[in-house]
Amino acid sequence: MALLEIRNLHAQIQGVEILKGIDLAIERGETHAIMGPNGSGKSTLAKVLAGDPSYEVTGGEVYFQDRNLLELAPEDRAREGVFLGFQYPVEIPGVSNTYFLKAALNAIRKYRGEQELDAMEFLQLIKERAKSVKLDEALLRRPVNDGFSGGEKKRNEIFQLAVLEPYLAILDETDSGLDIDALRTVADGVNSLRSEERGFLVITHYQRLLNYIIPDKVHVLLHGRIVKSGGKELAEELEESGYALFEEAAA
Amino acid sequence: MSATTKTLEELTNRKYEAGFITDIEQDTVPPGLDEDIIRFISEKKAEPEWMLEWRLKAYRNWLQMPVPQWANVYYPPIDFQAISYYSAPKRKEDMPQSLDEIDPKLKETYDRLGIPLHEQEMLAGVAVDAVFDSVSVATSYKAKLREKGIIFCSMSEAIQEHPELVRKYLGSVVPYTDNYYAGLNSAVFTDGSFVFIPKGVRCPMELSTYFRINAANTGQFERTLIIAEEGSHVSYLEGCTAPVRDENQLHAAVVELIALDDAQVKYSTVQNWYPGDEEGRGGVYNFVTKRGLCAGNNSKISWTQVETGSAITWKYPSCVLRGDNSVGEFYSVAVTRGRQQADTGTKMIHMGKNTRSTIVSKGISAGHGQQSYRGLVRITPKAENARNYSQCDSMLMSATCGAHTFPYIDVQNPTAQLEHEATTSKIGEEQILYCNQRGIATEDAVSLIVNGFCKEVFRTLPMEFAVEAQKLMEITLEDSVG
Repeated sequence: MALLEIRNLHAQIQGVEILKGIDLAIERGETHAIMGPNGSGKSTLAKVLAGDPSYEVTGGEVYFQDRNLLELAPEDRAREGVFLGFQYPVEIPGVSNTYFLKAALNAIRKYRGEQELDAMEFLQLIKERAKSVKLDEALLRRPVNDGFSGGEKKRNEIFQLAVLEPYLAILDETDSGLDIDALRTVADGVNSLRSEERGFLVITHYQRLLNYIIPDKVHVLLHGRIVKSGGKELAEELEESGYALFEEAAA
Repeated sequence: MSATTKTLEELTNRKYEAGFITDIEQDTVPPGLDEDIIRFISEKKAEPEWMLEWRLKAYRNWLQMPVPQWANVYYPPIDFQAISYYSAPKRKEDMPQSLDEIDPKLKETYDRLGIPLHEQEMLAGVAVDAVFDSVSVATSYKAKLREKGIIFCSMSEAIQEHPELVRKYLGSVVPYTDNYYAGLNSAVFTDGSFVFIPKGVRCPMELSTYFRINAANTGQFERTLIIAEEGSHVSYLEGCTAPVRDENQLHAAVVELIALDDAQVKYSTVQNWYPGDEEGRGGVYNFVTKRGLCAGNNSKISWTQVETGSAITWKYPSCVLRGDNSVGEFYSVAVTRGRQQADTGTKMIHMGKNTRSTIVSKGISAGHGQQSYRGLVRITPKAENARNYSQCDSMLMSATCGAHTFPYIDVQNPTAQLEHEATTSKIGEEQILYCNQRGIATEDAVSLIVNGFCKEVFRTLPMEFAVEAQKLMEITLEDSVG
């Protein structure tokens, strides 16, 4: 069975249907990209998978490693191994990045019946991971995302991903607001975390991120439906012709 | 024996025969307030004449004072004649000599509140002067303190043993004319703590008192006086909780701090009195006057408060910075939930040259809680180069709660520098989702976020108190997001 399998997923917010029947399967080790214009439902898909309570699932099924994902609370989805890199990472003043991540990692380990890490083991781990994603160690002591630049916030998301080691990482417009150098660093971080065990779902507006994170599959999302799927060349095609071509297909 | 006293005694005895609300025997006067009641209290405590005179002056002045209406809190008028003004645990033959000897029932209550005295004593080396209702029933570490010349005792004892100090300083920071509730307190206060740190002495331990309201319908009028002589240091901890009662319980304490040249006083409070039921019925009215006087040059007074209880809180721990280079600090976390109302803040009165003050106020409102920060920073004409930094942050946890800010700034000297920062945030569903998405359960997320919000204040608390405060916060705000 696939790592993630989405079948005919419908979801709405405040009575407005955003997702109108999504079908998608991601295998372990695969990286999928979802592209689409503003308002097509990209971020909604990411948030529905994470369990954001402001969205209501009105139909369909989602299975993650054979578990019915939609039945799980958001924290249990995370503990099962679903990670969402937020488009707008949230600030938590007064809570250090280190403290936050330790609480997160140990909650996940506890859920899985693994031994919680003590302070020394944890510090060693985060120092190593910070290095691997080129995160300034000073950020570890700062409050979660508080006063971080846009680039630092995104890098911090990738750093958290590196520490929590999920089975599926959903990256919601991780490239937005990044200059080309920051984009590269983030992409390098992601690439270093790709493995046979892990799937990625990369959500983006632009093709440029996909020059650095080469996807196995690309899906075009329009008006809440996947209107076309293909290989990485689909992204290039989109870059040239825009979404207009698919608008007609969708209509 | 005068006729009045006789009547009073009869009444007292009748009440006595009728039995008591707690199992600990109490000595309670019938409800009501007049000069005879004040004479009764004074006599009961075998006070000297000057003390009685002071009380009576305070009472006569109080009668002329209007009930303050300016606070942003709402409650039915208090019937001061319906309150009983004296209640003390019955002393059997002797006062307990050690904590092991204290009434097991009392100990049990403390234990239920999570404040085991003996553990406190052993773990933290804290000298405990426990106030049960109005009279001290347990004191410890006295010998150790006495070696250093430190006096730490109940106010009643201080009036007997150290009348010269009490006479000199009582009412010197908060005169009985100050405000309505301070006036009432001056007339009828029953007990409290007295601390005197002699010149050049650093108090070797945190001093702590656990206040607790027990008798139903008995006003609590604590009086605390802390004097730090030249170059001395003291840190005082006060923590309070109360059991469930139906009647509103008025608590009108007065705390006075005096710091002479180069002295430092740190006063920390964790207050968790009964806040009332879901409709706000039966909670404690906490109308307290706390003020510190930096009388000497280079002196420092620091207030830290964590206020989670009471139906209504009306409290402004303040600093009068009279000495040159003196420093005042106020760090506060206040939580209102259910139907709780709080109007709290501070006053920093700059009088000396180069005086500095810092205000950090964190307000958290949940449920239908209403909270106001009210603060005054006054720079008087002679206060050259005064500085103040104020920060008032409010966090809202529900759609039905409220946060209000009333900062008053009165600058009469052009060399002053003042900064004021204020923020209001809603504990985000986004913040919670973010934590959830990293595997952190919602209740842990709330505690994490709230403790982060309060961090600047908690870190000013002594270690063991900080841990307690964090725990208290977690318990208080369980299921509060919505």
